[in-house]
Amino acid sequence: MFDNFPLWPERASTAAGNVDALFIFLLIVSGLMTLLIFTALVYFAARYRHRRGVLAEQIEGSTPLELTWSVIPFFVFMAIFAWGAAVYFKGRTPPRDSTEVYVVAKQWMWKLEHAEGQREINELHVPVGRDVKLIMTSQDVIHSFFVPAFRMKQDVVPGRYTVAWFHATKAGTYHLFCAEYCGTQHSGMIGSIVVMEPSQFEAWMNGGTTGPLSVSGEKIFAELGCVTCHRGDAQGRGPNLQGIFGKPVQLENGRTVTADENYIRESILDPGAKIVSGFKPVMPTFQGLVSEEQLNALVAYVKSLSHSLATPTGTAAATAQDNSKAPGSAPGSQVQ
Amino acid sequence: MATTTIQPVERENYLNKEYGVGSWLFTTDHKRIALLYLISITFFFFIGGFFALLIRLELLTPASDLVQPDTYNKLFTMHGMVMVFFFLIPSIPAVLGNFLVPMMIGAKDLAFPRINLLSWYLYIIGGVMMLHCMLTGGVDTGWTFYTPFSTAFSNTKVVEAGLAIFVAGFSSILTGLNFVVTIHRMRAPGMTWSRLPLFIWAHYATSIIQILGTPVIAITLVLVVAERTLHLGIFDPKLGGDPLLFQHLFWFYSHPAVYIMILPSMGVVTEIIACFARKRIFGYSFVAFSSIAIAVFGFLVWAHHMFVAGISIYAALVFSILSYAVAVPSAVKVFNWTATLYKGSIHYDAPMLYAFGFIGLFTMGGLTGLFLAALGIDVHVTDTYFVIAHFHYIMVGGALMGYLGGLHFWWPKISGRLYPEGWARLAALIVFLGFNLTFFPQFVLGYLGMPRRYADYSHMPEFQVLNVLSTAGATVLGVGYLLPMLYFLWSMRYGKPAPDNPWKAAGLEWMTSSPPTTFNFEQEPIVTWEAYNYDELDTGHKQEVKVVG
Repeated sequence: MFDNFPLWPERASTAAGNVDALFIFLLIVSGLMTLLIFTALVYFAARYRHRRGVLAEQIEGSTPLELTWSVIPFFVFMAIFAWGAAVYFKGRTPPRDSTEVYVVAKQWMWKLEHAEGQREINELHVPVGRDVKLIMTSQDVIHSFFVPAFRMKQDVVPGRYTVAWFHATKAGTYHLFCAEYCGTQHSGMIGSIVVMEPSQFEAWMNGGTTGPLSVSGEKIFAELGCVTCHRGDAQGRGPNLQGIFGKPVQLENGRTVTADENYIRESILDPGAKIVSGFKPVMPTFQGLVSEEQLNALVAYVKSLSHSLATPTGTAAATAQDNSKAPGSAPGSQVQ
Repeated sequence: MATTTIQPVERENYLNKEYGVGSWLFTTDHKRIALLYLISITFFFFIGGFFALLIRLELLTPASDLVQPDTYNKLFTMHGMVMVFFFLIPSIPAVLGNFLVPMMIGAKDLAFPRINLLSWYLYIIGGVMMLHCMLTGGVDTGWTFYTPFSTAFSNTKVVEAGLAIFVAGFSSILTGLNFVVTIHRMRAPGMTWSRLPLFIWAHYATSIIQILGTPVIAITLVLVVAERTLHLGIFDPKLGGDPLLFQHLFWFYSHPAVYIMILPSMGVVTEIIACFARKRIFGYSFVAFSSIAIAVFGFLVWAHHMFVAGISIYAALVFSILSYAVAVPSAVKVFNWTATLYKGSIHYDAPMLYAFGFIGLFTMGGLTGLFLAALGIDVHVTDTYFVIAHFHYIMVGGALMGYLGGLHFWWPKISGRLYPEGWARLAALIVFLGFNLTFFPQFVLGYLGMPRRYADYSHMPEFQVLNVLSTAGATVLGVGYLLPMLYFLWSMRYGKPAPDNPWKAAGLEWMTSSPPTTFNFEQEPIVTWEAYNYDELDTGHKQEVKVVG
């Protein structure tokens, strides 16, 4: 009747060990505190039960004791806080040269697109031993990308990008859950993360693709006419996008922002929000004209313009995929 | 210890002074209003409990077979809304607080008796709106109303549910307001702040939260309704809004709301422990001020519900550290209750069993809160059954145990009858065991990764054993909750008439008759003693008070 009965989740990422260590520490600390309080309760309850003729002794209280049991827990709590913060900080900061996967959530499925162009639904193939950064957004309501075996969870919010990352350590297939309630089929918005040995992963990757995401982005960039203003020289009506990604941008109002994924996204959908110094607010909005997938491709393209300058072999610009294969030869659940 | 004289002739009291429906529906007597609340919240408790039972039955098997997913989503939504807004928040303040706050401070009534009645009517209007919403299709947003799902995607009765809670919220504000004014202005001569029972301190702290926090949820719900009906862009990014803004506003009230539920319960438990250990409370002023500290710090921790929502890392650090700060006064209370037992003379009547149950379950709820406040762990366990288990340990294991303990403790005063002690002890035991069987497995489920609000887990059959245990526990727990209702009803007719002070308890409420007369006291009491003067009650004279350490 019952397939199996685990009491501890699988550990398949570098973060999992960190979270488990702190969790076990907390189990010990709270176990000791429970033991202390329960022992005292049971002992007092038995030792000082009512006996005829024996009166309770009236005790005012004790400031030194009160301070002791305020200050000691406080320091214990601060230690837990610091440890928890360290684990969180590591889990929230993707390493610089992570492989990137774009995630679009919608009621009730996960659409995933590798920077190299492979698309998947409700399934994500990744290799063991590589940092994978997820750049996620939602087409409708809030969802949450949750992989228990990686001890990783991040809400996926419409109208912005949120970021998560992991480094898988063990080949296997792991649950992917939506952890933020999102409507009727919330519990059906599940999938799997397939962690493969690097060689198998390479074979899977070469099994059919429409080309890197940045290349699709470049096409869209041309089709939408972006290229007429955002030219590769200083003559365009819009800023030259070569090399801007990850760099500070001076705005018309004197502020400076970093050109990250959210900034590029906003500049496409709401161009008037942040005008670059020296330019006029002439760009029309593309809200409603580009899908989330096209936006991701555009962002990937703009990023690739920086990678090709700074690091010619950078991740997003990792081209050289086999484009000649006919669409349709894709394995598994890849989507054309 | 519950036997003394029995009055042969029934004296006039607040129950038999007037008869007829009108004498209840237009009463301004705080004790009668307390009973009106008792009846109404019990009604909603059993509705919410029925939803919980259906939820647990659905989860007995992995597949979504008992009800459709849409129905399941409505069940957990309405279970949450009913239990939070129509049972837990009013529970102790509106029933026991209403009944006891004036009596404990030696007043005839609350400062604003008619506003008190108004608050009950607002609660009933909100409650009827909620019932109407449930009967005409219900709502499926989760009790948390997260946007933009609630404002742009759900096609259920979101507006009706939001407005029902909006109206009921004013009942809570008015109760809080009434308590604050009453405690400030209507204390009997000699009833100084340092002589107040700690039940009063707890209610004072609760009232502050009700007055300052509830308007925020009211405004937030109005904004949800406005966005849903008028398409104003507030929370929906498609209209230029910010979905995280909703979460900030919602939790700004809804985290302190947990303290609205638990602080009064702490007050009840404090009274019970002092009485059944026959002792003054260890560290009176620390227990009193820890209530205030919890109320104040409670307002500064809301975003710990949002560590994976997309807030900045630095904001998360601040809210994590503040969450640990609020844990300190809670821990202080537990230590003081435990220390109060030291060298006591402890009796084990049913209220004391509930108080022990409260300390045990609250301790476990509080300690698992430390896990959730730890940022790195929260990422994994938030939105899983770990959170469900944690807050049920606080809100059911804590708040509800305190409520039941208090109901037993003051039942002789409220009804003028004694409840059957044996049955009551049995029920306390059943509730404690049933509760742990229901919710402990959920901690394990949560760490394994089972997300909350899942109608169907057929792809994760490994979660079934723990779910079966939990459902088994829920049925035991259900029996534990039905029992008190049955024997309380039984005792109103067949219970032995209660003496004025069956527990020989300290406190002005025990110096009135059982049940009290309409104006509580024959003449205004003059207080010359501290709270919890059990030495004088037990020996007839003051004992030497020791200071240890």
